[in-house]
Amino acid sequence: MTAYNTDYPVISVRPVADETFALRFHAPELSAALRPGQFLNILTSELYDPLLRRPYSISNVIGEECEIIFTIVGKGTALLAEKRSGDTIGVLGPLGNTFGYEKDFGTAIIVAGGIGVAPFPFLVRELQRREKSIHTFLGARNAGRVVRDGLAGLHIATDDGSEGYHGTAVACLDAFLGTHEPDRPRIFACGPNLMLRATQELAARRGIACELSLESEMACGVGICQGCPIERTEGERKYALVCTDGPCFDSRDIIFHEHHHA
Amino acid sequence: MNSAFALGSLVLRNRVLVASGTFGYGNELAPYTALDAIGGIVTKSVSMLPRQGNAPRRIVETASGMLNSIGLANVGLDAFISTKLPFLRTVDTAIIVNIAASSVEEYTAVLERLEMEEGIDAYEINVSCPNVKDGGLSFGTKREATAAITRDLRPRTRKPLIIKLTPNVTRVSDFAAACEDEGADAVSLINTLVGMAVDVRTRAPKLSTITGGLSGPAIKPVALAKVFEVSKAVRIPIIGIGGIMTWEDAIEFLLVGASAVQVGTASFRDPDAAAKIATGMDAYCEREGVADMQDLVGGLRIPQNVTAPGLVASR
Repeated sequence: MTAYNTDYPVISVRPVADETFALRFHAPELSAALRPGQFLNILTSELYDPLLRRPYSISNVIGEECEIIFTIVGKGTALLAEKRSGDTIGVLGPLGNTFGYEKDFGTAIIVAGGIGVAPFPFLVRELQRREKSIHTFLGARNAGRVVRDGLAGLHIATDDGSEGYHGTAVACLDAFLGTHEPDRPRIFACGPNLMLRATQELAARRGIACELSLESEMACGVGICQGCPIERTEGERKYALVCTDGPCFDSRDIIFHEHHHA
Repeated sequence: MNSAFALGSLVLRNRVLVASGTFGYGNELAPYTALDAIGGIVTKSVSMLPRQGNAPRRIVETASGMLNSIGLANVGLDAFISTKLPFLRTVDTAIIVNIAASSVEEYTAVLERLEMEEGIDAYEINVSCPNVKDGGLSFGTKREATAAITRDLRPRTRKPLIIKLTPNVTRVSDFAAACEDEGADAVSLINTLVGMAVDVRTRAPKLSTITGGLSGPAIKPVALAKVFEVSKAVRIPIIGIGGIMTWEDAIEFLLVGASAVQVGTASFRDPDAAAKIATGMDAYCEREGVADMQDLVGGLRIPQNVTAPGLVASR
């Protein structure tokens, strides 16, 4: 396994939506090794606040440069937003598995909720390279939070109705599937667990292959701390680890519980 | 400069080990650090049967620390021997297997089975996990239970036996002394402090098990005081654990009486942390003209006629 634990120079941080930024850094070897769906465990502070790294989806790879997209939710993301060209960030990766973009399907249905949009620009690029048909159902709190960068076939849904469909991305997709029959569809979803659970239910009800990219608290990112379990539907091990067994899971393989929505 | 650490019959390359549960079984972090740069790997706890661990949520970051409630999730003895030990045998560092159990009989059975395997240099006995209902703290907070486990295991192996102690007791030095009396080669401390965190929005505990174990820089001052206390009560080596992030932290532990240290939470932040700490300790000794790192152990310079009011030694 090729893996890196390196301080990389930041190239730029640019706003892509309200409170939401794209940070680009220069990482020649890492960028060559990364695949869509994988993540990076990033250290944002030299001090002990935050003490631990936080996992970020790889949003895109542009030549020798990597990009992550994040919304400011706490100290670590606030520190990232303040990074300037010449600063460095500590990156551990590539980590986790990839989206099944090489599997046999005709239409990619992307479902993204909030900052769950993060892993999809990279996926879209690989899907376009394989000439897949793409529909992206993008849910956001409001029009200001919509991140369009690098996506394709957009169907926008907002919680407050300020843009596009008034409701969730999953409801928007369900309405779409009521009137359209995409060719051999496969769903790729990332977002809050409530949204993933709704996507899981939709996929089961409509018999569509579906994979979910999960977020979890985690410390190490490499399977050591055992801090990121998700319950499995079956098998000898009760829990899978989001970091090493995921973050992408077949929606039939995992179980969400109420505590996941707290 | 000599940085080697004599632990019973075993000689470790240096005085920096990695703590159980923070370094897996060695293979996971091999891509990120030189395993032969550290003195020893203490494995993730091994129990007789696989343990699934606790329900999520299992970890929460707190001020300069982290709470965990993993619940000893591990592959179990058979899988450890067949899938983890073969890699560990190839690593040029001391391999110390941490054993967790819910009865004296289980500790015995696991140790006796491991005695049949090559490639294990020592054992660390976990009587101090705060996150399981059966075993764990129920042994580690009763001096007689800690003594009984040590007494039972001692004659079953000639390898160094380390007992890992919890700080969640009134006087940890009493426990260390009991371990010494029963023939333990060393004690390691501190395991995590019981702690908790609450989500004010949901008014629910953040961890699924309500309480968890606090680790990281937040607990270092407590760990130093506990090691200092124990150093006044026992002659066997003490392995200091608790929030060690830098070589300066490690030297502090040596000065208060630890013969070696274990690096834990720091490895989550930087998989190369333990190796960097070992290098930094060596450089400190070179600069300070310390010929043997052993000379630092217990070398705390205390002004005359000063004693610690919070410290009541058991002996």
